[in-house]
Parts: sequence; C-alpha cells; structure tokens
Amino acid sequence: MNRRRALFNKLWIAGTVAAVGLAVVPLVAIIADVAIKGAAVINFDFFTKLPPPPCVVAPCRQGGLGDAVQGTLILVVLASLIGIPIGVLSGVYVSEYGANNPYGVSMRFLGDVLAGIPSIVTGALVYALVVVPLRGYSVTAGSVALGSMMIPIVSNTSAEALKGVPNSIREASHALGIRKWRVALQSVAVAKRGIATGSLLAIARITGETAVLLLTVGTSTLWFSGFGKPVATLTFYIYYFATSPYSNWKALAWGAALVLIAVVMGINALVRIVTRGKGT
Amino acid sequence: MKRTSVGDLAFKAAVIIAASAALFLSVVYFYELIKGSALTLGEGWSFLTGSTWDTIRNIYGIYPELWGTVVTSAIALCIGVPVSVGVAVFLSEVSKGYLRSSLSFLVEMLAAVPSVIYGLWGLFVLAPFLSSDIYPSVERYFGFIPIFSCPTSPCFFFGGLSVMTAGVILSIMVIPIIAAIARDAMLAVPGSQREAAYALGATRSETIRMSVLTYARSGIVAAVFLGFARAVGETMAVLMVIGNESVVSKSLFNPGSTIATLIANEFSEASSAVNVSALLEGGLVLLIFSFAASFVGRLIIKRFVTGREAATYA
Repeated sequence: MNRRRALFNKLWIAGTVAAVGLAVVPLVAIIADVAIKGAAVINFDFFTKLPPPPCVVAPCRQGGLGDAVQGTLILVVLASLIGIPIGVLSGVYVSEYGANNPYGVSMRFLGDVLAGIPSIVTGALVYALVVVPLRGYSVTAGSVALGSMMIPIVSNTSAEALKGVPNSIREASHALGIRKWRVALQSVAVAKRGIATGSLLAIARITGETAVLLLTVGTSTLWFSGFGKPVATLTFYIYYFATSPYSNWKALAWGAALVLIAVVMGINALVRIVTRGKGT
Repeated sequence: MKRTSVGDLAFKAAVIIAASAALFLSVVYFYELIKGSALTLGEGWSFLTGSTWDTIRNIYGIYPELWGTVVTSAIALCIGVPVSVGVAVFLSEVSKGYLRSSLSFLVEMLAAVPSVIYGLWGLFVLAPFLSSDIYPSVERYFGFIPIFSCPTSPCFFFGGLSVMTAGVILSIMVIPIIAAIARDAMLAVPGSQREAAYALGATRSETIRMSVLTYARSGIVAAVFLGFARAVGETMAVLMVIGNESVVSKSLFNPGSTIATLIANEFSEASSAVNVSALLEGGLVLLIFSFAASFVGRLIIKRFVTGREAATYA
C-alpha cells in the first residue's frame, strides 16, 4: 500500500517535470530554428535594401527589408508617443488618486480586461474609426491602433510601479505643504525605473503585432512616403513572404523573424535583468 | 484654509481624462463595431448559423468559422490546461531558487514570442513534423473516432495544414498565460494548508491535490478563461497553419478557418459596404467572446485570488 503511494507520488512529480519539458521544448526549437535560418540572410543589405523581385530562375537577388525596418521603427515611435504619456498619466490616477475609490478601481479592472482583447478586433475598430474616414490604410491609423493597445499595458505597469513607492515619501511631502500634483510627480520620479520597464515591455509587445496592421497600415513595398500612406513592416513581410512560393522571399521571412525575435526577447531579457532582486 | 491651486486642478483633470481611456475604449469598441455592422446586423441569427459567404449575392454566414474558432480553442485548452497546471505545480511546489526563477523566465518568454513567429515556425516546422511523425500514428490507433479519421486520399494531403495543427500551436501560446496565473494562485496558498496535509501523512502529490489544487482552483479557472480569451482571437499563427478553407469537416486533420482568419483574409479585398459590415460583425462576435472571457477571468482573480492573498498576509 505504502509502496503504491510512493510510486504514485513519483509519477505525479515526474508528470510535472514532463509538463515543463513540453512547454520549454517549443521555445527552444523556435529560437534555434529562427536563429539558424535567419542568420543566413542577415547582413548590411538586409537593413538597407528594398525587397527583391520574386525568384523564379537562378541567379536570385537577395535584397533586404530596409523599408520594413524603417516602417516598423516609425510605427513604434509614433505609437509610443500616443500610448506611453496617456498610459503613465492613467497609471498615476489609478495609483495616486483612485486607489481607494470605485472609479480608479474600475478603470484598473477595465484596463486588465482590455489587455485581453485580440489585436484583430482592435484592427477592425480602427478600420471603422480611422481608415474609413481617411479613405485608406495609413501610418496614422496604424499608430493610433498600436498606441491604443499600449495604453492599458503601460497604465497597469505604471500603477504597479507607483504602488511600490513608500508612503512615507508622500506623507513627508504633504507635511511640508507641497501641492498634491507635485507630490504625484515626485512619486513618478521615484518609480521611474519601473515605469520605464513597463513602457519597454509595451513596446516589445506592439513591435511583434501583425493582425492589427493588416486592417490599419496595409502594406507597401517602398520606403516611407507620408503619414497618410501605407508602410511596410517586418511582421507583415514575415507573413506575406512565408506564405509565398518563392525561395528568396521565404529566406527573408526568416531573417525578419530573427530581427524581430532578437528585439522582443532582448527587451524582455533586459527588463528581467534590470528588475532582478527588486522583490517583484 | 487651503487655496485651490490651478496646478492641482489641471493635473487632476489630466490624469482623470487619461485614466478614462479604459472606459472610453471599452465603450468605443462596442459602439463602433455595432454601428459598423449595422448593414448586416439586421439579418439576425442567420449570420451565425448560415454556411454561405457570398460577396456577390451579399449572403453572409460564418457558421464554419464559428465552428473552427470554437474547435481550435477547445483543442488548445484540452492540451494547454493540463500542461500549464503541471508547469504551475512544478514552479510553485517542486522547484525552488535558481531553477524556479530561470524556468519562470523561460515560460514567460513563450508569451513574448510574437504570434507571427509562431505562425512561421508552425508552417515550416511544426505542421510538417506533425503530419509526418504524429498524425499517421494517431490515425492508425484512433482513426475509428471520426475526428481522428483519415481526411483525404491520400491521407494528410494538405501537409499538416489543419484545424488540429492550429489547435496545437494555440495550445503552446496559451501555456504561458495559464501557467503564470495558476502559479500565482498556487503561491498564494497558505503554508498552513500544506502543513496540515503533511501532518496527516500525505505524500507530496497528495498534498498538492488536497491542499494546493483545491485551494487554488478558482485561480486556475480564471487562468483557463484568460487562456480562452487569448486563443479565441489569435489570428496570425492560426492563419498560417489552418489551411483557410471555409468548411466544417468531421476530421480535425482537415483544413478549416476561424472568425479571426476570415477577417484577416477578407478585409483587404472587401468589395462593398455590406461586405465590410459583415466583417465588422465578425469582429463584434470576437469582441463579445474575448471581452466576456477576459472579464469573467479578471473578476474571479479580483474576487477570490487577491482576496485570499490579502487574507493570507493579513
């Protein structure tokens, strides 16, 4: 009887080890496959040249995805300009003003719920809201869509970081007769590292977005030509080139995936190292 | 006596407006998608029950996509939930120290991988592997069950691009979400619960089942809801491996489509206002699914998990 229970115990623990294996193996496989296949096309041209024509007969030109690197950078910067300031201010309200009132608590809750809305739905919303009135896909529509996706993430991570600021700092400031808004800004300054890492994670998240771009930015195979025009992006090329039948396009898709995964994982690893030992 | 300060009022107004973005966005999502789908919303339930998607005659039914969405999410949860709970148990109960923190980091990294990269890897690595090494055995031993039957002649003609593969890739994508929340729920279980079980002579696995899983079950249920919210609206990874056929097949090894892939595929070629309206109505259906699942999941976490945590540390 006891031996059976001991055996059962071992099997149970082995099961959890197997589950960890099942979860980690795909991650390792994805990183390895992307690194090996992507490295083959990463060179100076990849970042500076335009995509090549599809390769039907050899010799094929490799070309690059310079337009997509440029387009992704522009979109991320514009989206950050929308998403980070609104998100941080919203986080200040949730933590410094509304921590104990129903409105602040509800906004915090809604932010969490909104973070679970699929990006294709955000795309459909921005299509109806921006693309239809402006009569076409544009950088503007894409920035609004990505920026709105950043707001709940930045707001909640900022509120979390502000919660970590010791109350004694606020009380000391209030005791000196300092205005509430100066005190709140002071807390932001104290929590700046946490707020910065939250913003970085939001940037990493939207850099890898694709579905929302299909309905807002559209695509282009040329350099950036204005905020009212579509632009090329790394994630769109990964999808478009991977599902094409041309070998040189498929190779570029793996290259774009390597650049993307390096940026996204780099940011995540950096954040992890910076926040390590902070007790969170 | 305190003078009202302009700075105070202006700053407070600014942060309240910014915080209201969450409320504003929630309202705008529903308002705009209902308004945008007005042209087809009047057709009623036939949108969900009809199987014809005809942009010429303007007949729109998403039954095959609805089926694909539900089935791929169900496969994702059937595979993903047991694995995630296993991972969560390992992280909270079995491992500690450096092993725990580095494995937690790896599992979180799974959530950081962009979905289009899951799609790329699924298309070129996972789908060929499953269709050559896994599916034939499943078909040989379980082929008498219709969902695992041989779909085409020859078998696996589509090279693994199927509803099943979409479900498998989704199961990998929901693991980090479910595992992280379930782990937090398990870590919030008070030590006294475990000690009580050990004091009764329970083994480690019996303690986990009696104390930890029982105590953390509301957190695990919440995690499953949030995993579903993720799976139901996932677009790129599914789009690249599901084969994009608007059909309801009895075998899961056949291609299919989901509401999200329908929207992604059709939007750029939407030919008429009615067509756009039908696609936005698809978006509305997805919004209702994901908003509801996300809402319920977050509510459970707020009501039970954080409440217990607070009680534990009080």
